[in-house]
Amino acid sequence: MINPDRILEIENLTINFDGFKALRNLNFHMETGELRVIIGPNGAGKTTFLDVITGKVKPTEGQVRFKGRNLRALSEHQIARLGIGRKFQTPRIYLKLTPRQNLELSCNRDKGILPTLIQKTPVAERRTVGGLLETIGLVPKADIAAALLSHGEKQRLEIGMLVAQSPDLLLVDEPVAGLTDEETYLTGELLTSLAESHSIIVIEHDMEFVRQIARQVTVLHEGSVLCEGTIDEVQSNPRVIEVYLGQPQEEPHAAA
Amino acid sequence: MTDDVGSKHRQGDRKRLMEAAVVLAIVLFLIFVMPSLLTAVGQSFRLKLLGRFLALAIAALGIDLIWGYTGLLSLGHGIFFGLGGYAIGMHLKLQIPPGELPDFMGLYGVTTLPWFWRPFYSFPFTLVAIVLIPSLLAGFVGYLVFRSRIKGVYFSILTQAVTIIFFNFFNGQQRLVNGTNGLIDFKTLLGATVSDPKTQFGFYCCTIIVLVAAYALCRWLTSDRFGALLIAIRDDESRTRFLGYDPAEAKTLVFAVSAALAGIAGALYTLQSESISPRSMDVASSIEMVIWVAVGGRATLVGAILGAVLVNFARSLLSEQFPEIWLFFQGALFLLVVLVLPNGIIGWCRTNGHELVLKLLKRSPIATATYPSLEQDLDVQQERRKLEPKE
Repeated sequence: MINPDRILEIENLTINFDGFKALRNLNFHMETGELRVIIGPNGAGKTTFLDVITGKVKPTEGQVRFKGRNLRALSEHQIARLGIGRKFQTPRIYLKLTPRQNLELSCNRDKGILPTLIQKTPVAERRTVGGLLETIGLVPKADIAAALLSHGEKQRLEIGMLVAQSPDLLLVDEPVAGLTDEETYLTGELLTSLAESHSIIVIEHDMEFVRQIARQVTVLHEGSVLCEGTIDEVQSNPRVIEVYLGQPQEEPHAAA
Repeated sequence: MTDDVGSKHRQGDRKRLMEAAVVLAIVLFLIFVMPSLLTAVGQSFRLKLLGRFLALAIAALGIDLIWGYTGLLSLGHGIFFGLGGYAIGMHLKLQIPPGELPDFMGLYGVTTLPWFWRPFYSFPFTLVAIVLIPSLLAGFVGYLVFRSRIKGVYFSILTQAVTIIFFNFFNGQQRLVNGTNGLIDFKTLLGATVSDPKTQFGFYCCTIIVLVAAYALCRWLTSDRFGALLIAIRDDESRTRFLGYDPAEAKTLVFAVSAALAGIAGALYTLQSESISPRSMDVASSIEMVIWVAVGGRATLVGAILGAVLVNFARSLLSEQFPEIWLFFQGALFLLVVLVLPNGIIGWCRTNGHELVLKLLKRSPIATATYPSLEQDLDVQQERRKLEPKE
């Protein structure tokens, strides 16, 4: 059953929040090295989907396997150490720390408590952080509190933190919300270049942005996968049009 | 780039040397100048008070670690303080001929020494117990609490509940630890008479040295990545999990360290006040410790020490003049700090203080010939540095 090429496999996943099924019988898999975009109307379960993969929410039924390993028994930090990184919808960086400290914290190779305490930040990691600061254009502001950064700089810093963590699978939740057109385009470029060495799942609303980066698109609707395919296939799919335009529908049964 | 990192490093080293020099100067002042200074103004009894308050400052450092840096408001540090005090107190009460019992036990008809008193005959064991008993207790409670992700106000309430349990136990056990009266009337320690001024001066010096060591420990814990991690846990705990850290581990460790500091403080305080009673571990005294840190400034370390010493001196001065007024004053002080100086004295000095000083000296912060905002722009500064010819 276990396919070594698949970085992520999700089988019959159901999440039940006190009777409300945020996800129902969801099946999903993706290959190593893939860049996948997930779209869907509000309330389709996109963020819950990421919560399950990162261990914030435990499956009611079904299972999630990362590199063939079932994640059910692991807590968030163990899953993160296995190599899953997450960028949140609104930037969640540490405002009281400097960008350099933010990056060093996430770059740390050995995140046990004693190594973090006893070892000084190794020179190699300092170099990595220095390089990253240059990539995200924050060298001049590396040593001031991150609270003083602009929104776009904060977004870049958080993507930098994600890269510093060097995960195998990146989960990116609405990376271009609140960005200008130019910043959106640059973020798209950044993600496609990252996709050369990482597997990435992006959740996004902005269809133009999706068109820029997407190869494979998955549409979620009411907690299950409605359809999968290239962006053109998805956009011409009558069910998707129905869901997005909110036309009167028969039974909203999902194609499992 | 590497040059940049290197120069930052050297700058850091120089700063650290400066800090060490300042600390050393203060230590020498406290040990060699302060006693004669106070004697000269006829206030030599204040030296003893200062020694006690410096012991309390060690506990304040612990509170600053767990509350100021890690964001966990512990209202139960009185327990750890008391445990340290009782540990040394029991050792002191056992400075009697073998076979005899501590004096108070006779009153309650105790005939054999309770089992848990026995190990305290040994001085080395007592020293270890002062550190280990509080930190193991904190580690155990902390592990259970933090693993189940209890935080915020629930953590504070829980620590208070534990405090009440311990207070009632020590308060109620006349036969074992002399109940409300606590342990008093100490005779000797390692052969020296406890109440002798020379011995007391020894305790004073000892307190200063331990305080410096505690300060160094806290500086080390809060520097570099671990310090950043603590602040990260304070500001957004669940985010640290997605970075791959286990906040429960870090919080347990810090809670245990801060408990150990409180235990050491309790022992040193007991030696200098020559008594330990359950009152030191009641809820009110635990809250007082928090007030010291709030007054001095959270997450500043120096603020914790300053706060503990200042508030306690204010207390002793005020209660000499107006014995009944202290509690009102303490309440007012706390309100004042919360409303006017939310970051405490040191926090205020770091943010607004130097601007105020410059204004008083009638100097603008930075002398500029052009647009000030442009001069201060970090991007502009960086570009300018790049354009400057390299040496």
